[in-house]
Amino acid sequence: MTSQTATLGAPATSQDVQPVQQAPALEQALARPYQHGFVTDIESDSLPPGLDEDTIRAISRKKKEPEFLLNWRLAAFARWRAMELPDWAHLKIAPIDFQALSYYSAPKSMKDRPKSLDEVDPKLLETYEKLGVPLHERAALAGVAVDAVFDSVSVGTTFRKQLADVGVIFCSFSHAVQNHPELVEKYLGTVVPQGDNFYAALNSAVFSDGSFVYIPKGVRCPMELSSYFRINAQNTGQFERTLIIAEEGSSVSYLEGCTAPQRDENQLHAAVVELIAHDDAFIKYSTVQNWYPGDENGRGGIYNFVTKRGLAAGRRSRIAWTQIETGSAITWKYPSVVLRGDESNGEFHSIAVSNHWQQADTGTKMIHLGKNTTSRIVSKGISAGHAHNSYRGLVRVNPGAAGARNHTQCDSLLIGPHCGAHTFPYVDTARGDAVVEHEATTTRISEERLFYCEQRGIDAQEATALIVGGFCQAVLEELPMEFALEAKALLAVSLEGAVG
Amino acid sequence: MTHTPPLLQVRDLRVQVGERTVLHSVSLDVQPGQLVVLMGANGSGKSTLGMALAGHPHYAVQGGQALLAGQDLLQLPAHERARAGLFVSFQSPPDVPGVKNNLFIRTALNAQHEARGQEPLDAFDFLASAKKAAKELGLPEAMLSRPVNEGFSGGERKRNELLQLSLLKPRLTLLDEIDSGMDVDGVRAVVALVQKLRAEGTAFIVVSHYLTMIEQLQPDAVLRLDQGCIAETGDLELARRIARTGFARAQQTVEA
Repeated sequence: MTSQTATLGAPATSQDVQPVQQAPALEQALARPYQHGFVTDIESDSLPPGLDEDTIRAISRKKKEPEFLLNWRLAAFARWRAMELPDWAHLKIAPIDFQALSYYSAPKSMKDRPKSLDEVDPKLLETYEKLGVPLHERAALAGVAVDAVFDSVSVGTTFRKQLADVGVIFCSFSHAVQNHPELVEKYLGTVVPQGDNFYAALNSAVFSDGSFVYIPKGVRCPMELSSYFRINAQNTGQFERTLIIAEEGSSVSYLEGCTAPQRDENQLHAAVVELIAHDDAFIKYSTVQNWYPGDENGRGGIYNFVTKRGLAAGRRSRIAWTQIETGSAITWKYPSVVLRGDESNGEFHSIAVSNHWQQADTGTKMIHLGKNTTSRIVSKGISAGHAHNSYRGLVRVNPGAAGARNHTQCDSLLIGPHCGAHTFPYVDTARGDAVVEHEATTTRISEERLFYCEQRGIDAQEATALIVGGFCQAVLEELPMEFALEAKALLAVSLEGAVG
Repeated sequence: MTHTPPLLQVRDLRVQVGERTVLHSVSLDVQPGQLVVLMGANGSGKSTLGMALAGHPHYAVQGGQALLAGQDLLQLPAHERARAGLFVSFQSPPDVPGVKNNLFIRTALNAQHEARGQEPLDAFDFLASAKKAAKELGLPEAMLSRPVNEGFSGGERKRNELLQLSLLKPRLTLLDEIDSGMDVDGVRAVVALVQKLRAEGTAFIVVSHYLTMIEQLQPDAVLRLDQGCIAETGDLELARRIARTGFARAQQTVEA
């Protein structure tokens, strides 16, 4: 991996920052050009723009879906039409014309699913090469199974057989609908109901594809599972749907990484991810998000409006979200955990970087329902340029949640005088025995620290990377090895030119 | 015998901090391997000299010149001055949270290597030499894996400056009250390190009030800074006199 047309108005000055003397090197170019900006030139078999019941029937028909799923989509669509755009976030969002987007796009050469990588269109494989995902090489060396999603259709799956030997199902969502419809029907929408929010409802109506993972009882998935996505055709919303089920005593680590090409119009990415962990099960879901963030004037970039939620359903079940968010023009997501099982545990480790004109309103919700549940939140927000970064978190302890414990550490780092960091922590507890701790810090990359590094021969750019790395250390340590190195490099690239 | 230009040549340096002109006209030469002690009353501008030479953004050079091995220091950004061989210790070294000491020093060292067209250091080789340097300074090895100065006392931070000094091996070092917060053993370690580096050619400007250490350092010259200028140049005897009579009397002695 390694890398809206509306203007956002006058930048709000950050509330906690004194203007800093601009050192000369601050004038360095704003970011290197987004390195993944290119478009694969394969014809796409897309539906014309517009969204109505017919569109949904067309999608369902193209994917040869069973009736229950078509009905589910239609019900979601009906709900969506009755809902209003949410506007409570600390975000400025240019109006989206939902009728102007195309809701289905498939590369022509994918009419018949290839049975092995040999059958995959070489042009597509070239795409993955450019993205740094040489499927066969990576699969062989790292032992990682990759389910590559190209626009709205899955391209291929590696290692399906090896996983099948231990009973692990890892395939595209569409494949799961065809081959494991009973599992899909049982769990779909149980963690994120159709009507949960505006974008989840939209996703439920028009979702294209995503990943499906099922880990049977007692199985520790032998390799880390991974998925890559791209938005290719113009004006296409990417509506990914992922479902991960971990049966009793099982565990899995899933990696999600994204890239997207350079665009002038904002592109909508409204995904839904549902995780279910039964008794003694553990799901770790790690994301490195590097969607196109918009150019240095705030034009273009992906809108990343995602609903991610994990249900720690079983006793002693555990769900851990780890995310590195560096891309997108606007990031709006709250990977959450519902702690229903007794002694269940939820974790959220996040680094969110906003530079130039990016905006982020992100955080988590930890809902304590069962007894003796625990949750831990570590959020590192880095703002630079004219960006605004908000942490929004909810820790809720319900009346029946005896012995609940939470610790939240929410740190913001500001680089430069024009950016903002905002914190909206919500603590909602119905019990006197709940232990909820919240610590928050807001700091600047101090001039003194920078100068100290420089006096030892380290230039400002490298010093920033060092300091930012140090700031994020607690989260970087949580990442699977593969991602940790990429993440550090990604942080450095995202902040190039941000400080002098 | 040919006359080699001094390693450090400062001429009529004028430095402003905020509204105040702290240094009016400072000139001095330092040769390789020489050690000069800089003394002055509080507020006389001792720290200012170091910070101005290092290129601290709050210290505005309004006039004058500073050459390091013939290079115009004042034209260079701070990190390049360091790479040219300048080390200025901080009075209150800041911490760098989350960044381990050995990573920090190794990054600095590699930056220097890069500037000199040398290969970056092997991590293991570096760690070995870092451990050795720590031992020689009487520092616990654990210090290497702690974040830079995080939770360090004042004295420990000063020792960390010395650790970096011993590994970076600069051409010119300015030590600003390095003895503060240190016990007798600490001071002995400072002197030992300084003399070792001096023998290898490093030049030193040492800002200090502490006569015992100054004596041990056997300075080549002692300078008294007053009203933003070098008011008096002398040797160890000057330092002893200042220790006896203080700065006000020293000033009077000169005027008399």
